[in-house]
Amino acid sequence: MSASDDIWILGIHMTKFGKHRDKDTVDLGAEAIIGALDDGGVTMADMGILAAGNLMGSGSIGQQLQKQVGQTGIPVYNVSNACATGATALRTAIMAVKAGETKMGLAVGVEKLAGAGLLGAGGKSKSDEKVYEPSGRFGAVENVDGRIGTATMPGVFAQVGMEYGHKYGGASFELFAQISEKNHGHSTLNPLAAYTKAMSTEEIMNDIMIAYPNTRPMCSANCDGAAAAVVTNGETLKTLSLEQQRRAVKVSASVLTSDPYQEACQVLPDVNTLTRNAANQAYEQAGVGPQDLDLVELHDCFATAELVHYDNLMLCDEGGAVDFFQSGAPHRDGRLPVNVSGGLQSKGHPISATGIANIWEVCQHLRNEGGPRQIEGAKVGLAHVIGLASACGVHVLERSALATAA
Amino acid sequence: MNDAASATDVPTQVPLVDYLVLGDEPHLQAQECMECGARYFDRRNACAACFANSFTTVTIPNEGILRSFTIVAHAAPGVKTPFVAGVVDCGGTSVRGNVINTEPDPEHVTLGMNVKLATYSLGTDDRGTEAIGFGYEPA
Repeated sequence: MSASDDIWILGIHMTKFGKHRDKDTVDLGAEAIIGALDDGGVTMADMGILAAGNLMGSGSIGQQLQKQVGQTGIPVYNVSNACATGATALRTAIMAVKAGETKMGLAVGVEKLAGAGLLGAGGKSKSDEKVYEPSGRFGAVENVDGRIGTATMPGVFAQVGMEYGHKYGGASFELFAQISEKNHGHSTLNPLAAYTKAMSTEEIMNDIMIAYPNTRPMCSANCDGAAAAVVTNGETLKTLSLEQQRRAVKVSASVLTSDPYQEACQVLPDVNTLTRNAANQAYEQAGVGPQDLDLVELHDCFATAELVHYDNLMLCDEGGAVDFFQSGAPHRDGRLPVNVSGGLQSKGHPISATGIANIWEVCQHLRNEGGPRQIEGAKVGLAHVIGLASACGVHVLERSALATAA
Repeated sequence: MNDAASATDVPTQVPLVDYLVLGDEPHLQAQECMECGARYFDRRNACAACFANSFTTVTIPNEGILRSFTIVAHAAPGVKTPFVAGVVDCGGTSVRGNVINTEPDPEHVTLGMNVKLATYSLGTDDRGTEAIGFGYEPA
């Protein structure tokens, strides 16, 4: 049975991802919070901390949400950690519960991103007189984006995948498109996904090229959405109803890493080392290995990224990601289904929501509430996010022993 | 740094970035940590690898192999496309740079290809100063 200091997800909710023209950031965040509280059978009065993430807004999203869902005077932590913002919010709430400062905590991530276009693209403002003057840390006299590599995400992550291909071979344009085909296929079973249309490899390859080898459907979809979770400890959970205990999902590992120095990591972001470090720590914390996982939601911000994370999360042998994919393992009927939600390429990527929404997806399966896309008998799952510059969150989740008995 | 700098009436050249050294044999230079040898191209406060704060300037070889690339078709407003962004392994030091002077397609740009540094003009500012950029061309 569970130890009193174990961490549990008591309630969790995600909104539909997509274009929400009639809802603002606060509407979406509030919907996620109210949904998560209802799901857990608790109210704002039970919460001892709120951790909130939102990258595109003005800053104090947590307080703005409190003003709509309940101002109880609890501490609010507004967090920002690129694409790992949602996972960081969740981890913040978990740390507060673990530290014994509160019995229950709430985490929320929300973003309005529909129509945002290319992320990472900056630019120099133009003055009247054109004078070459060095500025910034490279002493640049002109904008370097496009002149010395690319700052846009599709191009950065294209290079991440191509580098893997250079190292181990076998990573072709077609292979990356096939990974995308898998996820778009999976999305047809997820009514909350922004896009739910199956696409053939050929359609994907012939779509608009963004940054070779990533075409448009191989890129994460900018969209609106929110997700929230209520966490508690084992001691508190024991005092709740049997139904709450049955549906609670154990957080066997909660890890956040940043990138340790590696040669080249300041030239092209190294998304590999910190993910591998996070995975290693998570497997050790949880006392499980990759072979014990029943499903994985990993950060496929681009098709080229999914490939390298098979390896980084050690779902395959080192260098074996291409073989792992080609074996059919990560398909929903394969040995280790990956991104059965449709992944970021079809479900969408409202940045701050993503790190909680992927945990929601895993929880659905562990609670046997996955509906038509349920992975039968799922007991252990892993959720992974990475944000550049960099931050990586990995959570290992386990079905309640009571659920097994039920 | 610049031979032409003394003659103010002659159009001078400036490098796109301060780690590009112009002159008869243009090349890149890096800041190398005197403790651990980690190399950086930006202005440093300390070493990210070992936390030391003494650096020496080293010359980066002009030849290298293309370790990764992407062909960018859609970029930020004002950025000309298509272009090839890549990472070049120059004798063990990774360098970010574009692949230039070749067709930007997967037939002409391939993983592992040999490349070498090349410079080009970005244009001239209102005071007659020419900016020089760099890239890597097939060797």
